[in-house]
Amino acid sequence: MTLSDANEAQAAEIIGWFPRPRSALIPLLHLAQAQDGYLTDGAMRRIAELVGATPAEVKGTAGFYEMFRFEPVGTYLVNVCTNISCLLWGGEELLEHACESLDVEVGGTTDDGMFTVEEAECIAACTEAPCLQVNYRYRGRVTPADFDRLIEDLRAGRAGIAGHGVLAQVRQSIPAERLAGVVPPEQAREAPVWLARNDVEAVR
Amino acid sequence: MGTPSAAGGHPAPLPDRSAGDGYLPHAPGYVLNDGPKLITGRFVHEDSFTLARYESTGGYEGLRAALEMTPAAVHDEVRSATLLGRGGAGFPAGVKWGFLPPGKHPYYLVVNGDESEPGTYKDRLLMERDPHQLIEGCLIACYALGLQQCFLYVRGEMALAQERIAAALNEAYEAGYVGRGICGRDFSVDIVMAWGAGAYIVGEETALIESLEGRRGMPRLKPPYFPAAVGLYGQPTIVNNVETLSNLPWLMVNGADAYKGFGSESSPGTRMFAVSGHLRRPGVYEVEHGVTTFRELIYGDNFCRGIRDGHELKMFIPGGGSAPWFFEDHLDLPLEARPVGAAGSMLGSGAIVVMDDTTDAVRAAWRVVKFFARESCGKCTPCREGTTWLEQILRRILDGEGRPSDIDLLLDIGDNISPGPYPVAAHDGADAVPFPPRQTTICPLGPSAVAPVVSTIRRFREEYESKITRRDPIPLEVVPAGAPQ
Repeated sequence: MTLSDANEAQAAEIIGWFPRPRSALIPLLHLAQAQDGYLTDGAMRRIAELVGATPAEVKGTAGFYEMFRFEPVGTYLVNVCTNISCLLWGGEELLEHACESLDVEVGGTTDDGMFTVEEAECIAACTEAPCLQVNYRYRGRVTPADFDRLIEDLRAGRAGIAGHGVLAQVRQSIPAERLAGVVPPEQAREAPVWLARNDVEAVR
Repeated sequence: MGTPSAAGGHPAPLPDRSAGDGYLPHAPGYVLNDGPKLITGRFVHEDSFTLARYESTGGYEGLRAALEMTPAAVHDEVRSATLLGRGGAGFPAGVKWGFLPPGKHPYYLVVNGDESEPGTYKDRLLMERDPHQLIEGCLIACYALGLQQCFLYVRGEMALAQERIAAALNEAYEAGYVGRGICGRDFSVDIVMAWGAGAYIVGEETALIESLEGRRGMPRLKPPYFPAAVGLYGQPTIVNNVETLSNLPWLMVNGADAYKGFGSESSPGTRMFAVSGHLRRPGVYEVEHGVTTFRELIYGDNFCRGIRDGHELKMFIPGGGSAPWFFEDHLDLPLEARPVGAAGSMLGSGAIVVMDDTTDAVRAAWRVVKFFARESCGKCTPCREGTTWLEQILRRILDGEGRPSDIDLLLDIGDNISPGPYPVAAHDGADAVPFPPRQTTICPLGPSAVAPVVSTIRRFREEYESKITRRDPIPLEVVPAGAPQ
């Protein structure tokens, strides 16, 4: 068993929303990473079966995307932005401070497995520089003192941020009776009714 | 904090962000100033992302208005509004829609919410603060064009945006706005959220489609140039930006003529600009398109209020990390694609990064180049190798290891990625070379890395030279024969 029962059910639902199962690959990898904190070989093999790909194709695709991990990272992944707007307001100094205060190199994980510090590219909070994300949740205008406080809060479990791998806390779900219907492209060659009807009206 | 500040200036103190003064604590970064608010009007409400707030502030009225018209009439309305794409290229949405080949169903709609261009963020705010407006925009497009499937692709790193969109879609399905028989009509569309996993290149529309097909996000070979011909699963596909689609509800309620009452004739409506850097009041502003100038945006009381105390403007990036850089002589250009393009850059993704006189031009250029080197997908050799070489050469210049030939070498590598005269901003009476550049690559990522290098060499060559005039002989490392390498 490599995906929990709940995740197996979730995976089946997600696959049903795409005209081709392979399109569900990235969402399913996220599901696995939320479950285990990183992508296990077992989960990738199971996902390969589910989307009709080989395990090598799954790993080869996952490896293209920076967020997917093949080994455990800290409970909290701290991404400090140093791209241009943050550079102008001390992003590099903030990254340096983060590494010093947690006693890790960039990319390293603290001995207790709590924190991994990485250098991020632009995370789209440029006016709030210098900024960072903890498990992809934003903190803006972060001074070194703010950073230390944030680490304290995270250690104490006060920051309200889930462990690495969890992204949205709300998932999309479509009630079966509300789904318009998803079919492979080769089964949807007709113009949709509202468009077809309009054409008839236009002719009239 | 051992090393000197990255850009040369000490970061403190940060700009004042006390509540009031247009700054909304629940929407960090957005600044509510005077001026028309077509797409950010709800941001002032803390619960702007809920269906209840959306419906009580005119939500889904644009969809209802559209459903009273024929699909062709909706398309005509969008075409006559000259709604320009907000993703970067600025192509008119109504014209792009018209590229769908008749009868080749199914068509797909893919929403590009993979916002990652350095300096850019407005789609994130639109997704977090007003997801229903985006959903309504998708529905209007689907109705007009006969699309039954929409995929809303959100950047992987934007957890809150994913959460807000998922919640909004759940509400909208429940309330009958999305799914089977929308608003009791024979109009049925499924909207499914997909999300990425960390790859800038996926913002390129054909790479986005590859990613949505469950593959490595590498751009497809052109032609065909437009996914409208061959897109998702080989079917005609419209890829629209989040901000573009977010304009549709207002447009359908108020009509194209009202829309054209804002902005300039060739660039109507409003546009969101993220203005960051060494400013008194950096922020994301909704601005009248085409009429406001860079000077007003950077110095105006209603906008950023000028450069931080005691400093002066040195340079600015007018349209995201990919754009050639501008200088004080460009301040009076309007925020409009054509004049900005004629001056040798692009308005791009609505991201303006302002740098003051403390900024080290070489270091700033290096940081942007480093981004492109990291994000190159590796498909095209000139980009894969060239961006890395540019980064390494800039790095050694900054480290005091630069060689006198390095400036020419940088330009030569740039010429291999983007041959011919590279677009540069006009200054001192020189002619600008118009954007976009020629390229030896499939997509514009490679040429984008050339932009900061050429811009800064042309303008601040002496800064490069001063860093490489130090000429210690390069130490020759003699490896004894038989020693391990």
